[in-house]
Amino acid sequence: MINLAPHISVKNLNVYIGDAHILKNISIDIPDKKVTSFIGPSGCGKTTLLKTFNRLLDRQNDVRIEGQVLVDGEDLYGKDTEVTHIRKKMGLLSQRPFPLPMSIYDNIAYGPRIHGIKNKKKLNELVEHHLRSTALWDEVKDRLHSPATRLSIGQQQRLCLARGLAVEPEIILGDEPTSALDPVSTQRIEELFLQLKDKYTLVLVTHILRQARRVSDYIAFIYMGEIIEFGLTEELLLNPKEQLTKDYIKGFIS
Amino acid sequence: MNIRIVKDKAVKNIFLLLTVSSVLLVVLIFIGLYYKSVPILHSTSLSHLLFSSEWKPSKAQFGFAAFIAGTLWVTLIAIVIALPLSLLCAIYLSQYAPRRLTRFLNPLIDLLSGIPPVVYGVWGVLVVVPFIQEHVAPHFVEYSSGYSVLAGGVVLAIMIFPLIINILGEVFANVPKELSEASLSIGATQWQTIKYVLLKKSRPGIVAAVVLAISRAFGETIAVLMVCGNIPESPHSVFDSCYPLPALIANNYGEMMSVPLYDSALMFAALILFVIIFLFNAGSRIILNRLERRMN
Ligand SMILES: Nc1ncnc2c1ncn2[C@@H]1O[C@H](COP(=O)(O)OP(=O)(O)O)[C@@H](O)[C@H]1O
Ligand SMILES: [Mg+2]
Repeated sequence: MINLAPHISVKNLNVYIGDAHILKNISIDIPDKKVTSFIGPSGCGKTTLLKTFNRLLDRQNDVRIEGQVLVDGEDLYGKDTEVTHIRKKMGLLSQRPFPLPMSIYDNIAYGPRIHGIKNKKKLNELVEHHLRSTALWDEVKDRLHSPATRLSIGQQQRLCLARGLAVEPEIILGDEPTSALDPVSTQRIEELFLQLKDKYTLVLVTHILRQARRVSDYIAFIYMGEIIEFGLTEELLLNPKEQLTKDYIKGFIS
Repeated sequence: MNIRIVKDKAVKNIFLLLTVSSVLLVVLIFIGLYYKSVPILHSTSLSHLLFSSEWKPSKAQFGFAAFIAGTLWVTLIAIVIALPLSLLCAIYLSQYAPRRLTRFLNPLIDLLSGIPPVVYGVWGVLVVVPFIQEHVAPHFVEYSSGYSVLAGGVVLAIMIFPLIINILGEVFANVPKELSEASLSIGATQWQTIKYVLLKKSRPGIVAAVVLAISRAFGETIAVLMVCGNIPESPHSVFDSCYPLPALIANNYGEMMSVPLYDSALMFAALILFVIIFLFNAGSRIILNRLERRMN
């Protein structure tokens, strides 16, 4: 159906938490340098699926994961897969912004420092560059060294995006990244996504259909832990093939 | 008037009353101790009481410096031993240990804090004191009976260990897991995340844990009394005996009426302890406030 080179390739993925079968035989190829959205009612497993991509899910207790997730062809759940370099490849935006307990500057410099950049000038450049690319620079350039928690929620979310970009990821994962934001901040984040999709593969979880429509190239509809339908945005929204998808889009399931 | 609203008002006032009376109790204890200390404060100058270590009750010589030094030394040693260990232990339990292990270990740690102090004291006398006398002290000093600042510090450290672990466990559990995930998702290792995010975010909580532990350590009596040697001289090394304030009070409470001014001196000892703990808590409150303000 989709003939682009996949960036993330999920094969027969099953996730169990305790005795509950949360994700059921998921297979999906997420195309490179496109925006792919996961939609579906809450509790259907969107967050869980996203967390299997950067190996954050298996930090929880009682989680069993079967199947494969390939990123650039490398199996994330292989025996001797090293997780930090995989996570570095993926920026993560969570439902609420979580700035690290440090200054605005240090939030952005955190990743580069962790990965060994010590040069002051280089760090300054990186911080400025990423604050500019998330349209924060003008708003915060005079208070780079004040705590990041003093920013507004919208600014914090853009800071978290900049923090993720600073380690030069290939993929950006967003788990309902605008659900805590006001409409203006939401719009700015959406604009940023549209700018970013030339350079990054974006995977977005959202329960707002209009948002999925505005930003994504592809949509996957998930219901009760299964992928019901996956296709081009317009096709899936305007011309769904499955009855469940139709019902969801019409608002019968939520 | 509606009975509901009357009840609401009554409850509110009762709670206010309870709160006020608990604060009042502290004030009353202070006043009581002060009142009882007046005779000795009249007979000896305050600076002599605090800075002299002449202790000859029968000759009406009351200098508390040795006891104050003993209290501070034992507490300091206890914290120096207990803090790093319990910090590492709490980090392991909350960040690394599989749940099967914590399920088994947490009740054990709780058990540890439920053991009566006198049991720790006996264990100190049977194990810690001889060990220090035979295996530790000979490397550093010519002679030590083993009944020493170090023995008191070790026993006290073990007693406050579960307290600090429990509080730190709570503190770490209160750090949102998304914050750690944010750090991990950038490619930080678990240890980097602990160092730069978890510990940083928890700093006020760690300070609070230490404060509580120290307050507890200041006042601990029986276990320390059993292993410190109780010699009223300022210790010159951790292998010397010492005589902390609570031990002084507990040991001499029975005979305090037989020597003039002795009862007043012991009340003054209690007052010193009270003031140390009060100042210490006030000081740490200020530090805590500052830390919290800097973080938000
Ligand atoms: N730690 C957990 N323990 C048990 N069940 C969980 C846990 N986390 C998630 N679940 C269950 O997994 C399902 C999917 O959750 P989630 O992925 O968060 O859904 P979504 O993000 O689509 O709202 C839900 O039914 C939820 O109850
Ligand atoms: Mg979710």
